[in-house]
Amino acid sequence: MPLDRPDLATQAPMRVDLQVIADMIQPGSRVLDIGCGDGALLEYLVHFKQVDGRGIELSQAGVNACVSHGLPVIQGDADTDLKDYPSDAFDYAVLSQTLQATRDPRRVLQQLVRIGKRAIVSFPNFGCWKVRLHLSRHGRMPVTAALPEKWYNTPNIHLCTILDFVELCQEIGIYIERGIAFAAGGKSWPIRSKRAANLMSEQGLFLLRRR
Amino acid sequence: MTAVLRMPAPARANLPGHRVVLGTEHELRLDCGIEFGPFALAYQTYGTLNAQRSNAVLVCHALTGDQFVAEEHPVTGKPGWWSTMVGPGRPLDTERYYIICANVLGGCMGTAGPMETNPATGKPYGLDFPVITVADMVRSQKMLIDHLGIERLFCVTGGSMGGMQALQWAAMYPEHVFAAVPIASAARHSAQNIAFHEVGRQAIVADPDWCGGDYLSQGKRPQRGLAVARMAAHITYLSEAALHRKFGRSLQDRQKVTYGFDADFQVESYLRYQGSTFVDRFDANSYLYITRAMDYFDLAAEHGGVLSRAFTGTKVRFCLVSFTSDWLFPTRESREIVHALNAAMANVSFVEIETDKGHDAFLLDEPELDKVLKGFLAGCAEHAGLDR
Repeated sequence: MPLDRPDLATQAPMRVDLQVIADMIQPGSRVLDIGCGDGALLEYLVHFKQVDGRGIELSQAGVNACVSHGLPVIQGDADTDLKDYPSDAFDYAVLSQTLQATRDPRRVLQQLVRIGKRAIVSFPNFGCWKVRLHLSRHGRMPVTAALPEKWYNTPNIHLCTILDFVELCQEIGIYIERGIAFAAGGKSWPIRSKRAANLMSEQGLFLLRRR
Repeated sequence: MTAVLRMPAPARANLPGHRVVLGTEHELRLDCGIEFGPFALAYQTYGTLNAQRSNAVLVCHALTGDQFVAEEHPVTGKPGWWSTMVGPGRPLDTERYYIICANVLGGCMGTAGPMETNPATGKPYGLDFPVITVADMVRSQKMLIDHLGIERLFCVTGGSMGGMQALQWAAMYPEHVFAAVPIASAARHSAQNIAFHEVGRQAIVADPDWCGGDYLSQGKRPQRGLAVARMAAHITYLSEAALHRKFGRSLQDRQKVTYGFDADFQVESYLRYQGSTFVDRFDANSYLYITRAMDYFDLAAEHGGVLSRAFTGTKVRFCLVSFTSDWLFPTRESREIVHALNAAMANVSFVEIETDKGHDAFLLDEPELDKVLKGFLAGCAEHAGLDR
């Protein structure tokens, strides 16, 4: 049943990667959104896709905003709060733009494909040509639109490239069903050549399941 | 000690609200094995029960609370203990929900407790009253809900021991609860909390006026012991930061210390006042019984030590709330419940609220708590199909 949010229809469009995630999710499914922020994706899914949605969010302000809007969200984080869920508890476990900020990304990925029949993971691609150019030209840690913080205040402690991510998935027995690349400005395309995507895209988004 | 008043036992005969005799057909089987009843349950209601009987919210009170949630207290004259939360336009909106609050079993505001007359002897129960548990309290409330013809409660909520009851309700009667909101609570009473309770109980039984629990028959009341119990407990409801903010080392009505044992410091004077006013409205034996019920509370123990089994397959929607400075029921305890509910795949929200007010924060004006509760209940009302 949709939530009573008259502002929903008039609010600004969702972040472009969230819209792509939302489009991947089958209506009526069970979804866990890890790092759900202010609940934009979750609310969209509950409202327009009738999902049974849950959220986990680290920031108190985010959690309070979600719960105050009637969304079932708990205060917690990806590193510590996934182990309690039973296997296959959800149709989709979503981790958008959060993997790079976890302490143990490998463990988090394993948990995601355990508790979700499918996992949807997106992250900033450190292999993007802009990052490479920035580093080679200036010899300084790259600061880009997708990675706006300085090295000393970034929450992103485990950055990777698309190729790194694909390799880790292979190593720990995770099957990639789909990959989508995002350029600056939100243009996206299905990943066919991993090397090209690694060079051209600012963000990667992957639909995963365990083998 | 100054200002401990010598007052007769508070009159309970003409309390406002309702009083119903339950267990007339089937007695209440207590955890201790005793078949108890018939017994009286005193309760208060606010708002109107709708035609579908689907808008009832059971508020469960804490250790020293009572059924007077949102009105002037008949003994103290103070506002109801949750008047910030219950009323028109408030999170527990009396224009939308039908609020019920019953004095717990073992209490002293009209429900069967050690102060009431034992029908077998014609004298106050005293220590002949059976030892009760949180589950017993909830069983008695279920009998009240049945009596009121309510099939399913829209919500059960409460703070501290009230939160324990909300959890117990969800575990024991999941088909009869749509949403549960345990605030500043835990699934079991910690060793530290049992220890604090024991200090309070020992203060009471060490008072010569306690008379082995038979003080009412002997025309006495262990007011000094009960006051000390309250003073010790009151410290645990606050936080170091809140005590410092309120009192610091400020002196009470004097410029310098007196080199004696009078209440030199404001914090001493405050605690003495808290103790002395408490004895006017609370019964010492009730304090023993209800603290014991909290000590015995351990929801996982009833389910082979695995808390999530208490909620297997539950459809109840949960919202847990904790407060950062609460060291009596710290966030960790709420988080343990959240993890168990996740393992049971329950629908759960959990919010930790930043405050320096300690455990008492759930009773005080906390705008963030209001917002969370309002939003959670609005979402639940949509899902429950509750009409506006």
